Amino acid sequence: MPNMFALSSQYPVLVIVLPLLSAPLCALLRGPIFPWALTTAMSALAFFFSVELLAAAAAGGPLSYEIGGWAAPWGIEYVVDPLSGFMLVIISGISTGVLLFARESIAKEVPGHQLGLFFSAYLLALTGMLGICITGDAFNVFVFLEIMSLSSYILIAMGARNDRRALTAAFQYLIIGTVGATFYLIGVGLIYMMTGTLNMADIASRFADIEGTRPILAAVGFIVIGLSIKLALFPFHVWLPNAYTYAPSIVTAFFAGTATKVSIYLLIRFIFTIFGPDYSFGGVDLADILLPLAVLGFLSMSMVAIFQTNLKRLLAYSSVAQLGYIVLGIALASEAGLTAALLHIFNHAIVKTGLFLSVGCMFFAAGSVYLKDLHGIGKRMPITTFGFVLGGLGLIGVPLTPGFISKWYLVVAALEKGSVLGYSLVAALMISSLLAVIYIWRVVEVAYFRDPPEGAAKGEASLSLLVPTWIFILGSFYFGIDTTLNVGFAKAAAAFLMGGA
Amino acid sequence: MLLLIAGTMTVLVVRNLFVATMLLGIVSFTMALIFVSLDAVDVAFTEAAVGAGVSTVLYIGTLAMVGSQEKERTKFAAGPLAICLAVGAVLYYATYQMPPYGHAANPVNMHVAPRYIEDSPTEIGVPNMVTSVLASYRGYDTFGETTVIFTAGIGVMLILRQRRRRKEDGKKEEKSPLNKPGDGSLTGLGSQHDLVPHVVAKLLIPFILMFALYVQFHGDYGPGGGFQAGVIFAAGIILYALVFSLEHARAVINEKTILFMMALGVLIYGGVGLTSILLGGAFLDYNLLAHDPVHGQHLGILLVELGVGITVTAAMLAIFYAFVGRADAIAEQMD
Amino acid sequence: MSFGYFNYWVFIILLMIGLYTVMSRTNLVKKMIGLSLFQISVFLFYISMGKITGGTAPIVVETVAGAAPPIYSNPLPHVLILTAIVVGIATTALGLSLVVRIKEAFGTIDEEDILEMEDNA
Repeated sequence: MPNMFALSSQYPVLVIVLPLLSAPLCALLRGPIFPWALTTAMSALAFFFSVELLAAAAAGGPLSYEIGGWAAPWGIEYVVDPLSGFMLVIISGISTGVLLFARESIAKEVPGHQLGLFFSAYLLALTGMLGICITGDAFNVFVFLEIMSLSSYILIAMGARNDRRALTAAFQYLIIGTVGATFYLIGVGLIYMMTGTLNMADIASRFADIEGTRPILAAVGFIVIGLSIKLALFPFHVWLPNAYTYAPSIVTAFFAGTATKVSIYLLIRFIFTIFGPDYSFGGVDLADILLPLAVLGFLSMSMVAIFQTNLKRLLAYSSVAQLGYIVLGIALASEAGLTAALLHIFNHAIVKTGLFLSVGCMFFAAGSVYLKDLHGIGKRMPITTFGFVLGGLGLIGVPLTPGFISKWYLVVAALEKGSVLGYSLVAALMISSLLAVIYIWRVVEVAYFRDPPEGAAKGEASLSLLVPTWIFILGSFYFGIDTTLNVGFAKAAAAFLMGGA
Repeated sequence: MLLLIAGTMTVLVVRNLFVATMLLGIVSFTMALIFVSLDAVDVAFTEAAVGAGVSTVLYIGTLAMVGSQEKERTKFAAGPLAICLAVGAVLYYATYQMPPYGHAANPVNMHVAPRYIEDSPTEIGVPNMVTSVLASYRGYDTFGETTVIFTAGIGVMLILRQRRRRKEDGKKEEKSPLNKPGDGSLTGLGSQHDLVPHVVAKLLIPFILMFALYVQFHGDYGPGGGFQAGVIFAAGIILYALVFSLEHARAVINEKTILFMMALGVLIYGGVGLTSILLGGAFLDYNLLAHDPVHGQHLGILLVELGVGITVTAAMLAIFYAFVGRADAIAEQMD
Repeated sequence: MSFGYFNYWVFIILLMIGLYTVMSRTNLVKKMIGLSLFQISVFLFYISMGKITGGTAPIVVETVAGAAPPIYSNPLPHVLILTAIVVGIATTALGLSLVVRIKEAFGTIDEEDILEMEDNA
């Protein structure tokens, strides 16, 4: 317990608590500016804390913080290690960038008198995600998972002003998400029953004695299925395209980069830290289940994306496909595979957020995201559309883009598996990338080679929308060319996980 | 126990949603009784108040707006059935190596729990161990829990208080002369002529509110605490709204106050945490709040329970107002 | 009711019924009811594992000198379930408010009818 008054020792809890406490304040604020300003400031502050925490964890090993002064496993512990620090930085960074975009965009999609409550819900979603990543307590995860989920149902339902289907999308997500979270709860209950503890590190240290028992086997099943539902792993993805399609633009942009990634983080955390790779891939052979699902997932979803008529929906299906790559990296069960997975979490987050933001610009100007309404958008909004195309290249995995880097690592990891399996995985990756070329090409064709409809207004989105979008697009190229930062941290986190925590 | 199974089976079968809701209430209540027999008095109290009370009110409020008859559909769903059976089978398979029921030597009772049982009376000085674990050892979970209920409160406000898109403009003004406060709405609120309920309610409500305060501050010694107290307190005001009218209740406590209180509760809880940081400790470390750690714990628990109570009361009311307000709006448009 | 795994079996049966209701019914309110049942069953599971036969509620009682100290049941699952109950009611409230809005927007709360309308939209 820190005796001296040292602010930096309080960072682990402040990164969560400050945004959380701003949420009720935000709900009380009125007017179009204040709620947004407070939210953005808090998000930026959280980003600053996260960067500091990651740097500290990378330099001096994992940090632990005992909430309430009670030592784990009696109290709840916060742990910042290279993995959770990495996630904190991604989430708070994406959130801050998206918020810069939000001020003008959201004013069009949410009525003014509700902005306070809207941003309050946004802050709660952010808090929930950060809280899941930093906590070292399996039940505390559930609490923050629910904070995140409940606020995301609200945010998605806010799209109802533009399309009533947002309501059904939110309801569907609520039902499926609650089932997923309850599965997770059952799994944690089974583990608690066998170990008598809820602290992750404590569970891990007691895991060897009980790993062969049936309740633990069931617990692994429940947790993996529960989290797969939450992370929209094929075939549990049905809620995601609807939710992303009908939510307000900034909500989609924020969630696409972060929400499912948080569940992936949890999956990695359970598989590698708590169950341990030896048990996960030796004892129960999760790879045999996850690997085919991942491959089927990215192949079928890239296929489905080709036939979409709604641009947001197209990107949503592509997201499910990209999640398949990440899960594939996990299922390879090697350090290289894990590095690729973590790297792709980062790279996909930044690319997809940029793409959804540029779609947000188009929606802001053209009022629709159906491809039929976007004919000639490349001539009407050249800067936005060019950004979209560059982001699309990142999605396909063209060299110099981050998509290429993570696919490269994934291919290397797959080839490590050797012979038939390795080559067929590489082939599957190639096919999926070709499919990505096709669905991005469809957009390009509509945007540049079709004539704009008669009387369509020409005009770019305003600067406050364009600048954040281009920050993400250019940022993605930066991380595609100079890879020391993202690859470095992904490698460190993977090595940390495989080294056994 | 068998009653539970029978109850849930019937829920599955009945077509009338109103009956299904009542059965759900009965299941919750039976579950609360079972919790008592399993020594979980706090949980039983909460389940009875929430499961059998609040959620039943919510379901009925919803049904008043959406109609209570389920469509006739006797399609047999094989896929879901197979999934459910598979899930059940996995759990059944798992039971065979579970520790035996009720043994003191089970891992659940050996590792972390003894510390709570043996040391909490001296470390925290509160007889009710559930309260000490809830508010102190795992106080952070409870902070999260308060946040969850806050989230639900603002969520329902956001979703239900959105103006209706198409009909709002023209119709609102036409109808305004008809819109007398408390004049017979769909939910049956605001009967101004029934003397008996009025008198009974006037007698009863002070006692409900008193009881709520007792539960709030007695949580250290007996079952109870901020959450249960908040629910009961809200129930008192909801009763007032039901017997008199929503307008009368709004006069006592309006939406703005509710939103403010909802935020206040979370802020009190978090404020206690931040104070302990400023005093040089960890977040929510109550030991530093007073010179004597036990006193500090007492003070901390008292304050955070107060925060929980305020937020829960306000959130429950916010949810209730939003539902009833929506029903009234629908009733107006149907006129 | 304290023999063998009886409580756990009841938990399993309730869970299956709840889950089946969620997945097979098309009425949205009925789905919510099923979801509540599903969650309630998990409460029973947690509380059952904390029970100690012959134990008493975890509230300190005065002991007569010389008498055996009382056995308290495990308080931790109770705390966890208190939290879970709150989460449950929060989910119910949100879900039902969405149902109300769906009814207003689509005029029905039957999933299949809504799906048809969405496809035509």
